[in-house]
Amino acid sequence: MLELAIKGSKKYYGWVTALLLIIGIGFLVYLKQLNVGLGITGMSRDVTWGFYIANFTFLVGVAAGGVMVVLPYYLHDYKAFGRITILGEFLAIAAVIMCVTFILVDLGQPMRVFNVFIYFSPRSVLFWDTIVLNGYLFLNLLVGWNVLEAERNGVHYRAWLKPFIYLSIPWAVSIHTVTAYLYCGLPGRGFWMTAILAPRFLASAFAAGPAFLILLCMIVRKTTDFDPGKEQIQSLAKIVAYAICINVFFFLCEVFVAFYSNIPEHMVHLKYLYAGLNGHTLLVPWMWASLIFMGIGIVLLVNPVTRKNESVLIVACIVIFIGTYIDKGLGMISGGFVPNPLHHINEYWPTLPEAMIALAVWALGLLVLTVLFKIAIGVKEEVQA
Amino acid sequence: MNDKKWIIAGIVVFLALFTFPLWYNMGRAAPAPELILTEKAKAARECVMPEKYMRANHMQLLGQWRHAVVRNSKREFVNPEGKVFTMSLSNTCLDCHSNKADFCDKCHNYASVTPYCWDCHLDRSKENE
Amino acid sequence: MERTRRNILKLFGISALGVSVKPVFNAFASEAGHLTGYRMEKGKNALKARQWAMVIDTRQFHSPDDLKPLIDACHQAHNVPDFENKNHEIKWIWEEEYHHAFPNKTTQFLNEAVEHRPFMVLCNHCENPPCCRACPTKATFKRKSDGIVMMDFHRCIGCRFCMAACPFGSRSFNFRDPRPGIPRLNRKFPTRTRGVVEKCNFCAERLAVGKMPYCVEASNGALAFGDLYDPDSTVRQLLKENYTIRRKQGLGTEPSVYYIV
Repeated sequence: MLELAIKGSKKYYGWVTALLLIIGIGFLVYLKQLNVGLGITGMSRDVTWGFYIANFTFLVGVAAGGVMVVLPYYLHDYKAFGRITILGEFLAIAAVIMCVTFILVDLGQPMRVFNVFIYFSPRSVLFWDTIVLNGYLFLNLLVGWNVLEAERNGVHYRAWLKPFIYLSIPWAVSIHTVTAYLYCGLPGRGFWMTAILAPRFLASAFAAGPAFLILLCMIVRKTTDFDPGKEQIQSLAKIVAYAICINVFFFLCEVFVAFYSNIPEHMVHLKYLYAGLNGHTLLVPWMWASLIFMGIGIVLLVNPVTRKNESVLIVACIVIFIGTYIDKGLGMISGGFVPNPLHHINEYWPTLPEAMIALAVWALGLLVLTVLFKIAIGVKEEVQA
Repeated sequence: MNDKKWIIAGIVVFLALFTFPLWYNMGRAAPAPELILTEKAKAARECVMPEKYMRANHMQLLGQWRHAVVRNSKREFVNPEGKVFTMSLSNTCLDCHSNKADFCDKCHNYASVTPYCWDCHLDRSKENE
Repeated sequence: MERTRRNILKLFGISALGVSVKPVFNAFASEAGHLTGYRMEKGKNALKARQWAMVIDTRQFHSPDDLKPLIDACHQAHNVPDFENKNHEIKWIWEEEYHHAFPNKTTQFLNEAVEHRPFMVLCNHCENPPCCRACPTKATFKRKSDGIVMMDFHRCIGCRFCMAACPFGSRSFNFRDPRPGIPRLNRKFPTRTRGVVEKCNFCAERLAVGKMPYCVEASNGALAFGDLYDPDSTVRQLLKENYTIRRKQGLGTEPSVYYIV
C-alpha cells in the first residue's frame, strides 16, 4: 500500500517538502544540541524537564485519544466509526512517534538509550513507559495496517487480529496512566502528587485527541474525495464535550483539595501558575488563557446548536486543543518544578533552539501522519470508486 | 521485465558506492603503529596482565574494573602472579602510560576508534604544567 | 506456506535476524568475565560500614566563611565546575538558609542564631532513595556494601528522572562540557562529561583507602562521619547525646545526614 503515498498532487508534494524543510532545520539545531549539550535549552538545575517532556506528555494524550474511535466501533459495534477508526489508529502512530522522538531529544546521552533495555529496571516507571509506548506503536501499526489492507482487498480482516484489537484498547489507557505515574509517584513534588493525575491526563487526552481528529476529518473532507461523515464528526464532538468537562472538573477538584486543606506544598504551585509567586508571573496569562479556552470549548460543545454548526465546531476544537496544550505543555511540567524542593523560584521558558527542535519533531509527526493518511484515504477512495 | 537495464544499473551503482571505502583505500594501508613505552612502563616490564591479553582485552578489563570499583566497592586487582594494583584508569594505567598521545592515541587512531574515556578521565602527561 | 516472492523475502528477513542474534549475545556474554586467574578485592585499609552517615553540628558554623573551606575542598578535589549561569550550576555541597534547607520545619519567629546560620546541604544518601527507584538504567543505585547512593557516569543516559525524584535538589546535570568551568583540574579524579547527572558521592574513593571525606577533614570536627549501624561509632554517640533533625523526614526517604541545631 506504500505506493499510494508517492502518488500525489503538487499541493501534497509541496506540503511534504515544507515539512521536510522544517525537519532539516530542526535537525541541524539538534546537532548543535548534541555538540554543546542541553545547555542550549532553557532548562536548569531546578527545572530539569521542559518543553520536550511537556510535548511528550501532551502527545501521549493525543495517541491515547485515538482509542476513542476504536473502542465504540470494536466493543460497542458502533458502525459509523468503522469509517474513521483507521484515522484514529494512524493518528496514534504519528503521535507515538513524536513522543519517542521527544524523549530522545531530551536525553543528555542519547547514544546510550539502549541501556534502558540492557540494564532494564522494573522499578523505574520510565522503563515501563518505554515498554507501553513501543507496544502501543506496534499494536496500532499491526492493527491499522492489516485492517486497511483487508478493506482494500474487500475481505474481512483475519481472525487472529481480533485479540490485538481488544488488547489495544486497555493499552491506550495504560500509556497515559504510566506517563502520569512518571510524575505522581515522586515524593516532594506536591503539584503532581495526586492520585487523580492519571485520570486527569486521560480526560484531557480524550478531549485533545478527538478534537484534533475532528480537525483532521474536516481537512480530509476538504482536500480529498473521501468524506469521514457528518454523524462521525458529531459523535466525536460529543466525546470531546464530555472529556473536556471532566478535565475541568478534575482540575477544580485539585484546586479544592489544595486550598481547602490549606497545605502549602500543594497550594504553592497552583498559586505560582494562576496568580504568580513573589512577583514571578511568567505563566499566569498563559494559564488563564488555557482556562478561558477550555471554558469557551465547553460552552460551544455542550450546547447542541453550536455543536451541530460545523464552522463553530471547528473553532471549538481549536480552542480546546490549544487550551489543553497550554495546560499540559506549559503548566503541568514547569508548574511542578517551580518552586523547587528548597522553595527557591527559578522560572522556565523555552529558548529558540529548543522551540525549533520541538517544531521539527512536530513536523516529523505531521509528515508521518500525512503519509499514513494519504495511504488510508487512497484506499478509501479506491474502495468508493 | 522492461526495467531490466534500470535494475542492473541500479545494482551496479549500489555496489560501487557500497564498496567505495575498500577500493578507495586500496594499496594505501598505513603501517601498524609501534607502541612507545615510557621509562616507567619499561622498568615495570609487565602490565597488570600479560601483554597479549592487554592488547586484546584492555577495554573489557577496564569495564570490569569500573564495575568492581563503582558497584562492589572493590578497588584492588590481584593479577594471576599475585601482584596487587589499584583499579584506576586515571591513577594506575595513566601513571605508567603517561604518554597518552604515543601510547593510546596512535593505536586508537590507526584502528579508527574514538573511545570516550578522555571526555572524563584526564591525561596525566600534563601533570606538572 | 505458498512460495511467493513475498514469503521468500520474509523468510530471508527472519533468517537474517536470527543470524544476527548470536554476535549480540556473544558481546553481552563477554562482559561476564574470562577465566584468567585474577581477583578483585577490597583494599586492606578500606573503611567499612553498613550505612555511612554524617552528623553536622550546625552550631559550629557562624558565617559562610566557616563553610567555604569544606565546599572548596570537595569541589576542587572532585573537579566540580563553577559556572556563572545559574541554570547550569553544579554543586555537590552548598549553603542554604534554615528555611530553605528545612522548608517544612520553619516558623515565622525563628531563633535568630538559627535563622542566620549557614546550613550545609548535600546528597542525603537516603536509606530509601527515590532517585534510585526512578533511574531506568540503574546508573544511580544504592550500594549494598556501604549504603552510598552512587552514580555510574558511564551508564547514565541523562534523562534527569532522578533529579525530578530527589526531594532535596541534591543532583546537578551537566548541561554542557564541565571542563571550561573548572579553574584547576585535579588530574587524579575524572571530570564528568556533558549530558550526565552528578552529585556528592560521600567520597567513596577516599573511604576505600582509609580516609575520611574531604568535607569532614576540613571541618575541624564540626562534621562527624561513621557507620549508622555501629552502636560505638562517633555518629551514633552524637545521635545519642544530641537532639538531631533531618531534612523532610516526613517523606520516608530516611536521609543519612543529621543536623544538630
